[in-house]
Amino acid sequence: MVKYIATRVTYSIILLIGVLFIVFMLLHLTGDPVSLMVSRQASPDEIAQLREQLGFNRPLVIQFADFVKGAVQGDFGDSFRYRQPAMELVLQRVPATIQLASVALFMAIVMGVTMGILGGSNPNSFLDAAARGLGLLGQTIPTFWLGLILILVFALNLGWFPTYGRETFTFLGLKLPDKSIVLPAFALSLFTTGQLVRFTRSAVMEVRNEDYVRTAHSKGLPRLRIYLKYILRNAAIPLISIIGVQFSYLLSGSIYIETIFSWPGLGNLLAEAVGTRDFFLVQATAFFTSLVVIGLHLLTDLIYVLVDPRIRYE
Amino acid sequence: MAENEKNMNTGLVIDEEANKGIGAALSSLWQLLWRDKSGLLGLVMFLIVVFAAIAAPLISPYDPLDQEISQSKEPPAWKEKGDVSHLLGTDTLGRDIASRIIYGSRVSVTVGFLGVSMAFSLGMMIGLISGYKGGRTDNIIMTVVNMVLSLPYLVFVVFVAAVLGNSLLNVILIFGLTDIPVFVRVTRGEVLKLREEGFIEAAKSVGIKTPRIIFRHIMPNLLGPLITLATFEMSAMIFYEAGLGFLGLSVPPSVPSWGNMLAMGRQYLTVYPWMSVYPGLAIVFTGFGMNLLGDWLRDVLDPRMRRMKK
Repeated sequence: MVKYIATRVTYSIILLIGVLFIVFMLLHLTGDPVSLMVSRQASPDEIAQLREQLGFNRPLVIQFADFVKGAVQGDFGDSFRYRQPAMELVLQRVPATIQLASVALFMAIVMGVTMGILGGSNPNSFLDAAARGLGLLGQTIPTFWLGLILILVFALNLGWFPTYGRETFTFLGLKLPDKSIVLPAFALSLFTTGQLVRFTRSAVMEVRNEDYVRTAHSKGLPRLRIYLKYILRNAAIPLISIIGVQFSYLLSGSIYIETIFSWPGLGNLLAEAVGTRDFFLVQATAFFTSLVVIGLHLLTDLIYVLVDPRIRYE
Repeated sequence: MAENEKNMNTGLVIDEEANKGIGAALSSLWQLLWRDKSGLLGLVMFLIVVFAAIAAPLISPYDPLDQEISQSKEPPAWKEKGDVSHLLGTDTLGRDIASRIIYGSRVSVTVGFLGVSMAFSLGMMIGLISGYKGGRTDNIIMTVVNMVLSLPYLVFVVFVAAVLGNSLLNVILIFGLTDIPVFVRVTRGEVLKLREEGFIEAAKSVGIKTPRIIFRHIMPNLLGPLITLATFEMSAMIFYEAGLGFLGLSVPPSVPSWGNMLAMGRQYLTVYPWMSVYPGLAIVFTGFGMNLLGDWLRDVLDPRMRRMKK
């Protein structure tokens, strides 16, 4: 067990170094990072000056060493646009995105797991058809379009929710979003809902045919008890890793939704940084998102071992 | 059941079907398709999109780039003030939306088809090497694959697209290359399973050389799962391309594509909603068809499932 955890942690660290390398190399993909950052009217002198100033005229190896040295201290350089350290800007945006992704995940679990259980335990019924339909919808409706349609229907026509922005109220010293989070979170959640429906449905269908479930039935145990203790408990194990993966999907998928709803989170920051060619900010956002995602994967792997005593890692 | 078991043990099912010839295989495929109406529906929807992409100049009522300012911002035909001459209305520059959607399918189909072909061929090759050679080669390849797959995909795709700049070729390359790991992983998994099968062992023991084992005995068995995967990946790629277009990072803004149309429509969502509704519906239509098709293929191309259905 300790050995397994140590291996997983080491692997995650190697992965992070890999991410740093990729984030660094992507900027050098075209050979000249400075040309990405300056406007087209810039004179050769200005370009040369900026190249000097940012140290892009040094050998790549030295630049990379310097980049890693800065990165471990959380220093990704200053954003051109905001004239502030890039990582600082990223950290300011984190709460909004975490809130959005969490509410979306919550919605997806409530809808997806419920429909999955109902569908999986009543195969070929109306409920099952509804569950399959929801699974398919989640996969076929693009988030960015759904966001626009939701605004059109629920904000513009019905006026139930604001069209964009994040309104907050203070509760116990925490700044929490009000109903302005409903539409973006719902739009973001639909894909995950679909995945969870499909997954839960097949997990429940598989488990309910197991021998021990038949034994439980023949012993005369109450249906509800069989469902809670035997079926759902076993179906839930693989669900944990799916939820971990889905949460990281929600984090990176927020780029569309935050752009559409002007939600002041990481995705919005990334889209904006890309639009204004603020590449130090892009690097910082990409690295930070990867850090969170890698951390989440590690966490789900560890929970997995704790939850399922049958799994023994050597 | 007894007969099925016999077939399974000797691995004769595929050979028997192959001996019947192409015509018979097609007719049995058609029978399977006819029996499962959702698969048929999926195929028809997919073919409609492909047809629209190929025949765009013949079927679209207008040139997608033609600007007719006097007829701009026209709502769809069935709305008040709408006109049948522009079925789905026009955009702010007076371009016909229906024509742009038809032409837009060209970008989607091209990116999806070429991107998947690239990822399919390279991914299958690397996966074959990884699964068949095993050992250290396999370890290194799979570590890299798992690393790439555990990154926040969309964030990096956006990053690369921003660095490389807007062009169709770049978009195809981005999706084609980043999708390789998915195909590697599936191929390797299948190869590992196949390697343990009796017929591979038999082939080895009679002295058939490795390349022949790979091409004659392993590859045909890989095609089923990989074609299914390709269908889903192509639908995902079409989504991602539209998403990049929506952020202004796919093909140049002048090219009619569903993502670009959505990006433009979004700015006028409050006043001219049809500019974003219909391109989105085209994406939903394509994704729906391809997912139905993929689900059906998964059932049919997996021989175990086919027996169960009979």
